[in-house]
Amino acid sequence: MMKRSLFRYPLIAALGLFLAVGCNPDSPQSILQAYGPVAERQLGLFWLLFWAVIVIFVLVCGWLVYTVIRYRRRPGQGIPEQVHGNTRLEITWTVIPALLLAAVAVPTVAAQFYITEPPADADQMTIEVTGHQWWWSVVYPDSGVVTANEIRVPVGKAVVVDLTAEDVIHSFWIPKLAGKIDVVPGKTTSMWFQADEPGEYLGQCAEFCGESHAWMKFRVIAESQEDYDAWTQAQLADAPQPATEAETTGAQLFITKACIACHKIEGVPAAAGIIGPNLTHVATRTTIAAGVLDNNEENLRAWITDPSDFKPGNIMNRDGLAYMNPDFALSDEDVNNLTAYILSLK
Amino acid sequence: MTTLAGVFSRPTRPTGIWSWISTVDHKKIGALYGVTAFIFFLVGGLEALLMRFQLARAEHGIISAEVFSQLFTMHALTMIFLAVMPLSAAFFNLVVPLMIGARDVAFPRLNAFSYWVFLLGAFILQTGWFVGSSPNTGWFAYAPLTAESFNPGKGMDFYVVGLGVLGVSSVAAALNFIITIINMRAPGMTLMRLPVFIWMTLVTSFLLVTAMPVITVGLIELYMDRTFGMNFFNVEAGADVILWQHLFWVFGHPEVYILILPAMGIVSEVLPTFSRKPLYGYPVVVLSGITIGFMGWAVWSHHMFTVGLGPIANSVFAITTMFIAVPTGIKIFNWIGTLWGGSIDLKTAPLFAIGFVFLFIVGGLSGVMHAVAPSDAQQQDTYFIVAHIHYVLFGGSIMAVFAGIYYWFPKATGRLLSEKVGKWHFWLSFIGMNLAFYPMHFLGLDGMPRRNYTYPEGMGWDFWNLVSTLGAFVLGIATLIFVHNFFRSLRKGEIAGDDPWDGRTLEWSIPSPPPEYNFAVIPTVHGRDPFWEQKHGSGHGVHAPAGGAHDDDEEGHGIHMPSPSILPLITSLGLGIAGYGLVYSFPVAIVGAAITMIGVYAWSMEPATAPDEQGH
Repeated sequence: MMKRSLFRYPLIAALGLFLAVGCNPDSPQSILQAYGPVAERQLGLFWLLFWAVIVIFVLVCGWLVYTVIRYRRRPGQGIPEQVHGNTRLEITWTVIPALLLAAVAVPTVAAQFYITEPPADADQMTIEVTGHQWWWSVVYPDSGVVTANEIRVPVGKAVVVDLTAEDVIHSFWIPKLAGKIDVVPGKTTSMWFQADEPGEYLGQCAEFCGESHAWMKFRVIAESQEDYDAWTQAQLADAPQPATEAETTGAQLFITKACIACHKIEGVPAAAGIIGPNLTHVATRTTIAAGVLDNNEENLRAWITDPSDFKPGNIMNRDGLAYMNPDFALSDEDVNNLTAYILSLK
Repeated sequence: MTTLAGVFSRPTRPTGIWSWISTVDHKKIGALYGVTAFIFFLVGGLEALLMRFQLARAEHGIISAEVFSQLFTMHALTMIFLAVMPLSAAFFNLVVPLMIGARDVAFPRLNAFSYWVFLLGAFILQTGWFVGSSPNTGWFAYAPLTAESFNPGKGMDFYVVGLGVLGVSSVAAALNFIITIINMRAPGMTLMRLPVFIWMTLVTSFLLVTAMPVITVGLIELYMDRTFGMNFFNVEAGADVILWQHLFWVFGHPEVYILILPAMGIVSEVLPTFSRKPLYGYPVVVLSGITIGFMGWAVWSHHMFTVGLGPIANSVFAITTMFIAVPTGIKIFNWIGTLWGGSIDLKTAPLFAIGFVFLFIVGGLSGVMHAVAPSDAQQQDTYFIVAHIHYVLFGGSIMAVFAGIYYWFPKATGRLLSEKVGKWHFWLSFIGMNLAFYPMHFLGLDGMPRRNYTYPEGMGWDFWNLVSTLGAFVLGIATLIFVHNFFRSLRKGEIAGDDPWDGRTLEWSIPSPPPEYNFAVIPTVHGRDPFWEQKHGSGHGVHAPAGGAHDDDEEGHGIHMPSPSILPLITSLGLGIAGYGLVYSFPVAIVGAAITMIGVYAWSMEPATAPDEQGH
């Protein structure tokens, strides 16, 4: 008996430690660190449930383990009393869980309504996001700004997001700001979030949407109202004209290699495609390939050279003439020039 | 027209390959189900190990995105439809007639048909691995990712036809068991004296009969879209793709209970036997099983909390989902109540059953957390859910299946599984299971989405993924230990005798393995634990009519058992051929359908029991 109990306590301590140290709230997509009211509300419910569940777990599993140890068969033991049940006890353990659940249902329903739309008196704005395999287009209907994979918002403003999908179902999720909502072709769904602190918040598609689902990421960048206004003004301008020789060659290649079939660049009338991301100010974004690669020369070159290396199955690689038609294939020099041009699109 | 059936001379041999192919004996069919399903369990496990190997570290380029998609889709389909469901069917087959005091199921040939159709459906579903295009959309197959335009390979066709064929098998088997349980109980075995396992079989069978048609509707619509360009899920033609999700989950949630109710039934038999006490609160346990069966139909949209159905729909489904925890909790309390005050013999079978209760509590509690729709919006589609489903499906269904195997193996084979090896199997499974799946809670809360074939560094996900992979391999080793135990005990295991566990129900009152006719004399039942009451007394129990029935004697001479038949196999072969025809070529489908029609016709002309030489 002594040996057993000595063995038991470290086991329980290890279990407790295991439960406690497991999570890493600092990790960039942890839901345990909330930076806005929607995520906070969800996290509050999570903790309520978490502690309720831990208490129930300890009580019920403790009861189970205690029962098994206490009533394990001993040598020479006879037949135990044949107990068939106890109505009062059974009613008790039916009613108590039912009451507990009813108690949880109240904040659940309240929070469900809260996360659906912002309070009527909140300072709010609307953006429209469309999910594509495997990137996000972003439109600011008030200002007319069009961008992709990077959502800039002012700190402290309630942002209503109206969502739809171009192809298949996606799901829009910014763990530190708000839980997810599905993005469905042929329908508009809606959610809201608000960032209470400036910063970069990672987001990711959460509904399996095909081969490169794992690489359908995005970012929300929350900044001061002034910075946000300045950004909006800059985004509304046409793309800058190419300055250097490499940029000029790149701009021509952008047309002759048929990049324009899918990508739009304001100020370049030929570049009016709407299948891929709008590249007017692509150089101002922090990442390329939908939040996958830092936006720098090396990564851009690698991305243009072989997009499927980073995003297997992507449409540019599948349908872009530069990748499927040998007559349009890109030489190393072409890639360098295109990279120079794209980096100039500030 | 007896000549049509006479084309094949009726097989009669009791041993050899042919006896298995033509068998209509529920015990042999149960063994076929069990072995086949266990092989698929190993296949599904191998798929899981490949995925865990890929996820062991960030950007581990072992498996491509496309193959990974096929792996997680096939892992789920294999484990659900080809492992857990047929493992349950194996227990239904082996145990139900023995427990209710019957000589076979109501329709023995239909039973064989169910097995063969299951095998062919399984082949169709797995064909993708051999032609390089398995289903790759997740087992839930959300439209429109399943459309021809997004998914041109044959993979989704195998999905549609494979699940359709498996549905035929499930419905046929379920009807058979409903009718068997309702009509073939031994005299005196009233409904409220049915063993809980039989009750859960009955509820599961009703769920199968009612849920399978719903997914079949969805499958036919998807087939029409993919094959004939129809517009059930075509957004451009105005379709609402959420329709598929409703059809899928109206089936899919009852399906969850189809997977867990038989497990609950097994545990409700194992725990009383090994604590030598009757099941605590039998009527309430039965009633909560039935309640779960009904409420399983009222919670499907909790799989769709993030679809945007609106706050009212989400609130309603959150509340119904919370309340399904009540009957589930009742069961858990009653199991512990059964153990309380008992004399618990900690053999391997009850260890697995107690492990089931423990792990199912964990999975059930995380399930309640998911019922809270607003915070579920954070957990949905993350590894937190992966952790939850594996606690209820591995910690739940599979642990209970192992409890059942250790429990009934001696009855089926006449030999005991090794207890020593069994304990290793249990503890490695229990530790491996927690090591593999508990860290997934952390990963989910740290924001790791499901169904990602890889993840970048710097997300804080590396460590627990590695731990989880190690746990998965421990589980793999535990399973191999079981396979070793199985084969070794089959040849060299200790002889079990009729009643190795001091059992409570009728199957322990007959020899191990049971004779073909099970009961030489059909018993008469006087209580809920008839065999226990007969042995240990309580004034009730079971007894054979004095002198035995007039045409039965102790050696079973003169008992007419259903004769072997090849027609179930031929009829189902036709269905399998038709299935491949639907994927590849319609003329072949017509040939297959014709074979099935001929098989059904010959079957209807064939007497269930061939006349013996004396013409009886």
